[in-house]
Amino acid sequence: MDFDVPEGLRYLESHEWAQIDSIKAQIGITDFAQDELGDVVFVELPAVGDKIDAKEAFGVVESIKAVSDLYAPISGEVTAVNEALFNQPELVNDDPFDDGWMLQIAPSDETELDELLSAAEYREQIA
Amino acid sequence: MLQRHPPLADVHTAAGASTTEFGGWEMPVEFDSIRTEHAAVRESVGIFDVSHMSQIEVIGPDSTELTNRLTTNDVTALSPSDAQYACITREDGVILDDTVVYRCADHDGHPAYLFIPNAGHDRQFTDRWIDHRDEWDLDASIENTTDQWAMFAVQGPESSALLAQVVDDSVTALNRFEHTTIDISGFECRIARTGYTGENGFEILCPTQAAETIWNEFDCQPCGLGARDTLRIEMGFLLSGQDFDPDDQPRTPYEASVGFTIDLETEFVGRDALSDQREAETDQQFVGITMLDRGVPREGYTVVDSDGEQIGELTSGTMSPTRNEPIGLGYLDAPRAAPGQSVEIVVRGNRKRAEVTNLPFVSKQS
Repeated sequence: MDFDVPEGLRYLESHEWAQIDSIKAQIGITDFAQDELGDVVFVELPAVGDKIDAKEAFGVVESIKAVSDLYAPISGEVTAVNEALFNQPELVNDDPFDDGWMLQIAPSDETELDELLSAAEYREQIA
Repeated sequence: MLQRHPPLADVHTAAGASTTEFGGWEMPVEFDSIRTEHAAVRESVGIFDVSHMSQIEVIGPDSTELTNRLTTNDVTALSPSDAQYACITREDGVILDDTVVYRCADHDGHPAYLFIPNAGHDRQFTDRWIDHRDEWDLDASIENTTDQWAMFAVQGPESSALLAQVVDDSVTALNRFEHTTIDISGFECRIARTGYTGENGFEILCPTQAAETIWNEFDCQPCGLGARDTLRIEMGFLLSGQDFDPDDQPRTPYEASVGFTIDLETEFVGRDALSDQREAETDQQFVGITMLDRGVPREGYTVVDSDGEQIGELTSGTMSPTRNEPIGLGYLDAPRAAPGQSVEIVVRGNRKRAEVTNLPFVSKQS
């Protein structure tokens, strides 16, 4: 099966993505991850102002059949939470890279970016 | 232990099914999506491969007595073509497994039975029947035929119409828990009006070599164990090894709300303990719960009262695809088990409000 792996995003081995510009990073899970999970029915996320740490669990995503931790690609302070997911968790399945985004954060350590996978590297991991 | 595979393992993989380990078998868990498969069974019709279920044949002059003494229900009440749901209990009344016992046509003038325990229990119960036959000096042959049969469940409101196309109208005249043998595509199959979804439906046993031919006769949504689980949770049906388990979740039929499978007029292993329990009543009861706060109830979660004191535990839970709300099954202290009672479920350390709910969560159609 072919999974969407957009260029320009950075990836974590545990199937989260980060879209990073000069002031903020947007975070979600990949197309591969949503397909593995199946129908997403519940998302638990931190609140605006909370700090998250790279490679540490920051929340939980539940499908009908499974409970999975979410891991932070990079560290920072949460500046926005996609509250639409609380009532429409299926957005994670329908549009994992856009409407299904989870958090925006203000990154605290840009050097962490170097440890993330490129689209090509992540594509290889899930091949 | 080596993983066991259903006869159609390769067919399911080619159809894009993902698989999971269950009872020592690698089985399809999802073909399309659990929601799609679940909706097909509630609204039209779907087919499940349940070839992981165990099949054991008991034939001979004493087969009735042997099976009656090892299951909780009254086997003597069965005529050929009848089936009944029952528990297999140990001496203290704890459920080892639940099963359906089919009385088949007599064999050389002697009664014949097929019983179907859950996945991975075939060797255990073949041995249990043989050991007790020998101990009680009874005359019956016992054979584990699990690997000779594929088993499919065709379930949903349109299952009768589909069966009428594939087989003929006669099978749709079967009453609930009746069964018969019938020719499908040149193979002798056993078909029963039974299921695990709460919908009208049939279960079909066919010879292993006929599995692909017969599976392909049914042009409907293939369904995996994922949807099988959400469908049975909505009905409050027990899952062996999870809602009860002799080691990890020891429960009697009365606690597990299947006291209707017990006939205390018969002599069976566990009868005396259960007779005492019926008079004393149980400390805990099997209940349904519905979440009021956000969160999904899951197996193993603790149930507490408003003071945080533990009053029970969950054994199953999911997001109900039909009701689109989070539902769970579990055991609560009897005084707290009445429908409408407020309880709290501990989800990852946080207490979430929930309510005891009448079972089934979705009204039964069969």
